[in-house]
Amino acid sequence: MLNFIRKSMSLLLACAVFFGAQALAADTSPAQQLSQWSTAAGKPGSAAQGQVFFNSKQGGQWSCASCHGTPPTGDGKHASTGKAIKPLAPAFNPQVFTDSARVDKWFRRNCKDVLSRECSAAEKADVMAYLISLKL
Amino acid sequence: MLAGVCIAPAWADSSVQPRQALPLYQQECAACHMAYQPGFLPAKSWVRIMGGLDKHYGSDASLDAATVQQISRWLQLEAGTYKRVAEAPPEDRITRSTWFVSKHRKLDPQVWKHTSVKSAANCAACHTGADQGNFDDDAVKLPAGVRRRP
Repeated sequence: MLNFIRKSMSLLLACAVFFGAQALAADTSPAQQLSQWSTAAGKPGSAAQGQVFFNSKQGGQWSCASCHGTPPTGDGKHASTGKAIKPLAPAFNPQVFTDSARVDKWFRRNCKDVLSRECSAAEKADVMAYLISLKL
Repeated sequence: MLAGVCIAPAWADSSVQPRQALPLYQQECAACHMAYQPGFLPAKSWVRIMGGLDKHYGSDASLDAATVQQISRWLQLEAGTYKRVAEAPPEDRITRSTWFVSKHRKLDPQVWKHTSVKSAANCAACHTGADQGNFDDDAVKLPAGVRRRP
């Protein structure tokens, strides 16, 4: 019993630490991401082009939609592991695109999975414009 | 309760769960898949896995160097030392370990293709206590339509 209590306590502590670590840096926003990539690309992001890009396999096995769903307004599902992925459209998930380190990490890795290269600024601007255009 | 503890297989939940949790492991690795208990693989498998995150079972799972180092150090401390995991399985896949194959031999192979399972890597599809390190038979709930072979 004592052992059980000790285990429960350590689980509680682990959870507290876990959720503490999950706290987001909140140093960016979807709108800032859109403007940042639009500036870098030298043209405003296009929601229509972003939608096409998001739903297209770029010669590989997956599109963005393979894991994030289409439209990405509900939970997605990892294409190989089945793990649930929170909605990618900011209107449906206020936490998304609020931590620049996370945004950069996921763009880098997921673009490589889909395109076998990193995404260009224009592609990121288009995707951001598309995601922001999805409303409740 | 006591009987349950005594007849539990060699891997009772207390031994498969890491001694000390690493929130960073949850945060980074469990974003895409279950936070597999480090005890399921030997230390040398974890070294290879952490050294090749850019090509991680078909996905780019690369992390910054500091994060890789922190998770690697913890994996080395918590890696499996039990006899079963002494040998690194093919491709360092838990699901190709001899014990894993043997434990699941009575299942219809179609189970892994089931829509709610998707792959053998999705422990929690059937092992409802997988995240808490509970892989006891009692905690197994097979998806509808899937059954064990007699």
